[in-house]
Amino acid sequence: MSKYRILNTRAPRVDAVDKVTGKALYTDDLKRPTMLTGAILHSPVAHARILNIDTSRAERLPGVKAVVTHREAGTTPYGVSPARYDETIFCHDKVRYVGDEIVAVAAVDLDTALEAVSLIKVDFEELPTILDGRAAMDDGQPQLHETYKNNVCAEVHWHFGDIEDGRKDSYLMRTDHLTSKMQDAAFMEPQSVLAEMDSHGNLTMWSSTQAPHYVQRTLAMALGLPLHKVRVIKPAVGGGFGPKASCSTAELATCLLALKTGQPVKLTFDREQVFLHSRARHQFFHTMTTGVKKDGRLTFLEHRCILDGGAYASFGIATIYYSGSLLGGPYRLKNMKYDGYRVVTNKPACGAQRGHGAVIARALFEVQLDRIAEELGMDPIELRLKNVMEAGETTCNELFVSSFGMREALEAVRDSAAWKRKRSSGGKTRRDGKGIGAACGFFVSGAGYPIYRSRTYHCTVITKVDEVGGGVTVSSGAADIGQGSDTVLAMITAEELGLSLDDVRVVSGDSSLSVDLGAYSSRTTLMTGHACREAARDVKRQILEAVAGRLERPPETLDLRDGQLVSSAGEIDFSELRKEYLQEHKGFTDLPEGPHLTFGEASRIAFLERGSIVGTGKYRPPPLGGSFKGATVGTSPAFGCSAQIAEVSVDLETGEITVENITGAHDCGFAINRTQVEGQMQGSMMMGMGEALMEQIIYDNKGRIVNANLAEYKIPTALDMPHLDAIIVESNEPHGPYGAKEVGEGAIMPVIPAILNALYDATGIRIDELPVTPERLIATMQANRGKRS
Amino acid sequence: MKKIISLTVNGVTSELAVEPRRTLLELLREDLGLTGTKKGCGIGDCGSCTVLLNGVATFSCLTLAIQADGCSVETVEGLAKDGKLNHLQQAFVDQGAIQCGFCTPGMLMTATELLRSNPHPSEQDIRRAISGNLCRCTGYQKIVEAIQAASEETP
Repeated sequence: MSKYRILNTRAPRVDAVDKVTGKALYTDDLKRPTMLTGAILHSPVAHARILNIDTSRAERLPGVKAVVTHREAGTTPYGVSPARYDETIFCHDKVRYVGDEIVAVAAVDLDTALEAVSLIKVDFEELPTILDGRAAMDDGQPQLHETYKNNVCAEVHWHFGDIEDGRKDSYLMRTDHLTSKMQDAAFMEPQSVLAEMDSHGNLTMWSSTQAPHYVQRTLAMALGLPLHKVRVIKPAVGGGFGPKASCSTAELATCLLALKTGQPVKLTFDREQVFLHSRARHQFFHTMTTGVKKDGRLTFLEHRCILDGGAYASFGIATIYYSGSLLGGPYRLKNMKYDGYRVVTNKPACGAQRGHGAVIARALFEVQLDRIAEELGMDPIELRLKNVMEAGETTCNELFVSSFGMREALEAVRDSAAWKRKRSSGGKTRRDGKGIGAACGFFVSGAGYPIYRSRTYHCTVITKVDEVGGGVTVSSGAADIGQGSDTVLAMITAEELGLSLDDVRVVSGDSSLSVDLGAYSSRTTLMTGHACREAARDVKRQILEAVAGRLERPPETLDLRDGQLVSSAGEIDFSELRKEYLQEHKGFTDLPEGPHLTFGEASRIAFLERGSIVGTGKYRPPPLGGSFKGATVGTSPAFGCSAQIAEVSVDLETGEITVENITGAHDCGFAINRTQVEGQMQGSMMMGMGEALMEQIIYDNKGRIVNANLAEYKIPTALDMPHLDAIIVESNEPHGPYGAKEVGEGAIMPVIPAILNALYDATGIRIDELPVTPERLIATMQANRGKRS
Repeated sequence: MKKIISLTVNGVTSELAVEPRRTLLELLREDLGLTGTKKGCGIGDCGSCTVLLNGVATFSCLTLAIQADGCSVETVEGLAKDGKLNHLQQAFVDQGAIQCGFCTPGMLMTATELLRSNPHPSEQDIRRAISGNLCRCTGYQKIVEAIQAASEETP
């Protein structure tokens, strides 16, 4: 029997009813009086100097209310990492990718706005382009930014332990490569923004953002507005997965148009614009050399990586660090060297996407472990079990894992998927078209530091009791983008105060409510969960103190449970309090009765004694990580870990791949909501499977995306997806609220390598380039046959 | 030049003046304020805009409003009756078939059509039926389970 009443259950999402009735409002569903429609002119060329921008014809078009360029917007640099502010609201000197934003228009309707955009004339002097990330650093290549010599936007050089010692200790070493493609997050809701100024100069922006807090700061900085005059509200958001975490030109331009016109302006991307704006998964080129002892224990990892990040930095600095740092676990690895280069090219900028920076690195490392296991004649799961870290250990790059159910997760999938029966022993592959593969991974449970350098609390929560008694409202800047954080906050509050979920209202996603860094790095359950619990306990203390004062009892003998005030020190005579409450409510029905004071009565009495009862909570991680350059990226108060097994079948004639089953086990510390934990795992499996087998942005030789739509950019459909088996592992994280930690991103880590390992088992073919389409599989088979003959 | 059409939306018939090039999706969302139907792509790739047109699951982004003249349209707003969720909606809530919720209205309409024509579909029937409705959050697992659960409640 659980010690909790609400936590650890399968409580339905608090927003579920609104979402099945069509009542949930997303940004594009919102309307304001006199609202205008915005549109953006994107660059049609990948690299060019801007010679002239002529907006005169657009301005003369009836119905056009404002046309803004860099002349109106200014050229204050902004971006994600303060060390790499390399974007301006609009292009002013150059365009750097097809889609770069040059002008924005506000008009009475969309047709007029689009017509105006078509009337703008921009003269370009086209420049040579660089589209290949691997060649971007070569001498003589076109340069995108003056500040990025040889197009290197960021580089990382780490050496932990000594890989030469590792080499000497190695019985076996392997070098392998893996290349991926740029990918799109393919959230279902295209970005949408609505901005409005009031008569006091206060700007309110509704946006489909993951991070109201950072967007508020960027708007104020780039538009030159006082921070307190900028309010960012996140309505319902139709998925984010990373790209909606950074402030965009759409947001900045829409605010600027609202400032210029004095009217509300709404701008919604079409699907092609979602692809053009991107800020999604980088292209990765990884090379790894890994050594092991004869018994399979790891000796060292030497890792080199180039990230093609497109035209601007966006989140890319964090990405390049994550690519290296998150290989420190989940295995014991004393020696690790990493050289990473994040380059710019004339393609849409890449940023954060689920499993930020670590997904393809993890894929190669886990594939390499399987190849090593085969050479050693060892079962790949056995090899992993020999190396997994345990709780209390620290990685070579100084990441401390305070709870770690990696072994439990791996054993759980091994047993659940009947690995021992299905996988032939001794690391031999079957090559009969049927395959099974396993992999592991781990991820941060909230970034240890904010994006800008600050001692700021990462989140605060304010919980206020209804003055009339009965319910509470939880106010938080946290961003529920579909992952279910509002439900987590409601469940925590209800649990602490002994309330039903219906008596807890969560208002969130508004920068004016509280500080919250937003929905990224799988941080909300742990961090905002802490703050939420603290606020609820603060409220409870105040109610109990107030009521205890009236009852002349010590407050510690009282508690709130099941909607009632209960006493641990015998019966209480609360007749005076009930009398007072009933006197106030003459004529009301449904009045309290029974042997206990109700929460409604207790909270009303507390108000009468003390005025409004408001509880506050806050969270900031302790100082984390080492002192080397870049040590902050990868730090976290806790780490989630995941193991998965994929089963595939391959038509050896056509190369058609069917994923038959995925079994995953994830250590989330403690499942606040079991259904939501499974949902995050299953969603991760789907995204990983798409990336492994079908997803790729395709460019032509002029840097134009060829498949900027959801028909040709393929993501898995319900027919592609197999049954997804999600097993929850709970390791009771000491730094998490109730022992909870992340699940949102860690569960994507093992998907790609589990599928690649299964494909090798099925075919005996090693593929070093993603996605593994049937064409690629067949071509690789044929090439291998050619080599053999 | 606007055209007058007659449209029955969620059981209510009205005459509406619409531009010939206006889509049914635009009519529902902008003119009738029925924003439950979503626009995810505008070109029939994602299924977020699915409504039932004379009972048939239809992409409202690819349907001109004037094509719907004289037709009956059912949207997500029409599923609950007297403030009570129907079996399918309740199953989506209970099974956790919802995350971001953007695909949910279209998914519900497609599933409604399926369960009317095939009250007890197999898992494969369900997957085939919703294969034109993309979801990026759930991996479809809990959506399939919700439709199965709803079908089990259907006599």
